Amino acid sequence: MFSEASNFVKGVDTSLAVILGISIFFLIGITVVMIYFVIRYNKKRNPKATNIEHNNTLEILWTVIPTILVLIMFYYGWAGFKPMREVPDDAMVVKAYGQMWQWTFEYDNGKKSDKLVVPKGKAVKLDLISLDVLHALYIPAFRIKEDVVPGKTNFMWFEARKLGEYDVLCAEYCGQRHAYMISKLIVKEQADYDNWYINELGVSTDPPGLSILKQNACISCHSLDGTVLVGPTFKGIWERKQIIIRDGKEIEIVVDKEYMRRSLNKPNDDIVKGFNKGLMISYEDKINEEQLDQIIEYLKTLK
Amino acid sequence: MATAISTEKNFFEIKKGIASWLFTLDHKRIGLMYFYAIISFFLVGVILGLLMRLELIAPGETIVKPTTYNQIFTLHGVIMIFLFIIPSIPAIFGNFFLPIMLGTDDVAFPRLNLLSWWLYVGGAVFALLTLVVGDGPADTGWTFYAPYSVQTGTNVTLSVLAAFILGFSSILTGLNFIVTIHRLRAPGMTFNKMPLFAWSLYATSWIQLLATPIIGITLLMIVAERVFGIGLFDPSIGGDPILYQHLFWIYSHPAVYIMALPAMGIISELIPSFAKRTIFGYKAIAYSSMAIAFVGYFVWGHHMFTSGMSGTARVIFSILTFIVAIPTAVKVFNWVATLYKGSIDVQTPLLYALAFIFQFLIGGLSGLVLAALAADIHVHDTYFVVGHFHYVMFGGTGFAMFGALHYWFPKIWGRMYNKRTANIGFALLTVGFNFLYFPMMILGLMGMPRRYYDYLPRFTDLNVISTVGSWILAIGLIIMLWNLIRAKKTGEKVGRNPWGSISMEWQTKSPPPLENFDKLPELNEGGPYHYKH
Ligand code: HEM
Ligand SMILES: [Cu+2]
Ligand SMILES: [Cu+2]
Repeated sequence: MFSEASNFVKGVDTSLAVILGISIFFLIGITVVMIYFVIRYNKKRNPKATNIEHNNTLEILWTVIPTILVLIMFYYGWAGFKPMREVPDDAMVVKAYGQMWQWTFEYDNGKKSDKLVVPKGKAVKLDLISLDVLHALYIPAFRIKEDVVPGKTNFMWFEARKLGEYDVLCAEYCGQRHAYMISKLIVKEQADYDNWYINELGVSTDPPGLSILKQNACISCHSLDGTVLVGPTFKGIWERKQIIIRDGKEIEIVVDKEYMRRSLNKPNDDIVKGFNKGLMISYEDKINEEQLDQIIEYLKTLK
Repeated sequence: MATAISTEKNFFEIKKGIASWLFTLDHKRIGLMYFYAIISFFLVGVILGLLMRLELIAPGETIVKPTTYNQIFTLHGVIMIFLFIIPSIPAIFGNFFLPIMLGTDDVAFPRLNLLSWWLYVGGAVFALLTLVVGDGPADTGWTFYAPYSVQTGTNVTLSVLAAFILGFSSILTGLNFIVTIHRLRAPGMTFNKMPLFAWSLYATSWIQLLATPIIGITLLMIVAERVFGIGLFDPSIGGDPILYQHLFWIYSHPAVYIMALPAMGIISELIPSFAKRTIFGYKAIAYSSMAIAFVGYFVWGHHMFTSGMSGTARVIFSILTFIVAIPTAVKVFNWVATLYKGSIDVQTPLLYALAFIFQFLIGGLSGLVLAALAADIHVHDTYFVVGHFHYVMFGGTGFAMFGALHYWFPKIWGRMYNKRTANIGFALLTVGFNFLYFPMMILGLMGMPRRYYDYLPRFTDLNVISTVGSWILAIGLIIMLWNLIRAKKTGEKVGRNPWGSISMEWQTKSPPPLENFDKLPELNEGGPYHYKH
């Protein structure tokens, strides 16, 4: 009946089918009876009404039957859900970082990827970590979703059953580009996965500065090509003259290393005119001096 | 009852001028002032809704930028929840008709009642101020989830204060109604002879009184967090965002019943009035309102099934949520059974009641999907939820309110509208409504998240249908309102009881005189719905 992309599809879809099936039956049944009564007991056809106060048998039936039905629904909901909390001991653990507005996946060797690549048929546990606000990691084809809450590590797990590429979405509103916080889940055969893990994970042909920008989600808000997103574009930013607002006053500055450091450590202190504060997190302990130099080397090339 | 006051003139005629309205103590005038304010905000909310639908007619940018879209759905949600649906039926029709249906001349505390209206206006002004001052209206969603609501640069503080003030309006109305029902019932009207609309307001009022303070304090905590950085909800300064969600839903789930119960009360009036027979299961309907109000306090966790609660908590909240569905189902069965062997006069208000039952059923049944743990994991925070709550709030409560409006229109203004036009408006509204929201349910099952400015191409077709539905609905709404506005001026005059109902409000003149009755109202023998044939 269902193409099972993950081990949870069956449980979730069964609970959906049971509930929707019973619901549609009642919806149609009640609506038909209602319309039938309105026609059959129309005042033209039935000029004299009969007062019926109540009917014990009927009332007991229509309390007891729905009670049984909702308990059945509860059961299927619980049965499909229970295994989602029971992670097998041999599950492979990947850390999933959510931040405005990008997903990053960190494997056990410490290397990061912006796509979630997993082997088919193996249990995968995701530790969900938020670097800023609430997000929710949602893989519709796998029927799983869990909030990514700052200050707390939630988890989810799954076993992929079918090769292919699936959407990874954010289901908890997280600000301006919530709808664009999309990544891919790629399911490979174990051998292909091993190959990817050894040869491709964390390896990129990008200049080092650009990889740092990508891994820290900088470019989800600062474009490289001049488009204005949430923050000012990186194109031509190095040594650009810029009007900023500091302590409520407008001043002109030139983008140099010291200004970059200030902006990374205390992003809300200096706001470029025309942009909003409160949107960037502090990178004080995320980007060290060496990395900053690499970023600057890269920015110099973006003329 | 005071006898000195003239009953020749109706409550419109007895005093004129704007001040006689703004400072009136007459519950009917206060009800009408709520009506004008609430309907205006409803229309603003509808326009914002239509704009969202227009943006979503195609993937990519259509008419607005993402931040604007986010501000629009937040403002739409805040207006529709706090300024429209929560006050709607109690503040308008409760104020106008509760005292009349109890056979008395006003609510228990008329001055407090006026204060509630002014608080409503004050809260509304704050909500509107967010548009013109500072960095623009909030972009957090109507739920103001932390820590985003603590960090964003938009006007969250003002929006939250607006909701805080509106909360007080709601608390005071609840208090007023509780005392009115306890103290001012006509001689001989025991609780079990009270109209079901009064019963539903009674249950609602207790929720307003007991639950609203929780949201009040929670919203103030958001303000404190933003202004002083106390560390309540924002983990970067030591707070807990999940705590906020608990506090928020401890109010906001019971608030769902503030929205739904009065609507159920309306339906319990409309059906016997047009079926011309006694309501089936009076006590079941009356007491199930109380049961819903009570159990409704313990199910808030179903809004947090994916937030990382323990498995045990999820199981308990799931089961309780399913239990709450039963008294609601019982009411639906009772309404349908009331049609059996009636002598049914199919008039516009009854049509709204029938559409209510159909749409409220879809809303309620889709709620069962959200109550089931496994199913909810998939559809939580998707368009399925957006479809679900519009079916409950708009297809349910909104339609009940329109039904009430068409039912009591001749009593309030003493004139009848054109019934044919009213039915055309109704038909378009219903068809448009279902085209607008049913596709959303399917989109949710397909996995489209809510609060989405843009979407994947595979979601396009259903979004187009939904947007077209919103236009049909808008036309229906215009026809409905235009018909009523015209009727208010030129509609045919009606007598006391154009529908032939035995409910007490139909015993007095239309429109009623200042203190409601020109002659002592009589209790109907055998109970409030006992039609004699
Ligand atoms: C013409 C009428 C309406 C239209 C076209 C409309 C449309 C919409 C749409 C498209 C959304 C989803 C936004 C998103 O998730 O991206 C939405 C959200 C919402 N609507 Fe409506 N709606 C209408 C009427 C109503 C009514 C009558 C109510 C309440 C009684 C209501 C309450 C809400 C609420 C509470 C939200 C959630 C806002 C949030 O996510 O913060 N809407 N509406
Ligand atoms: Cu998001
Ligand atoms: Cu709820």
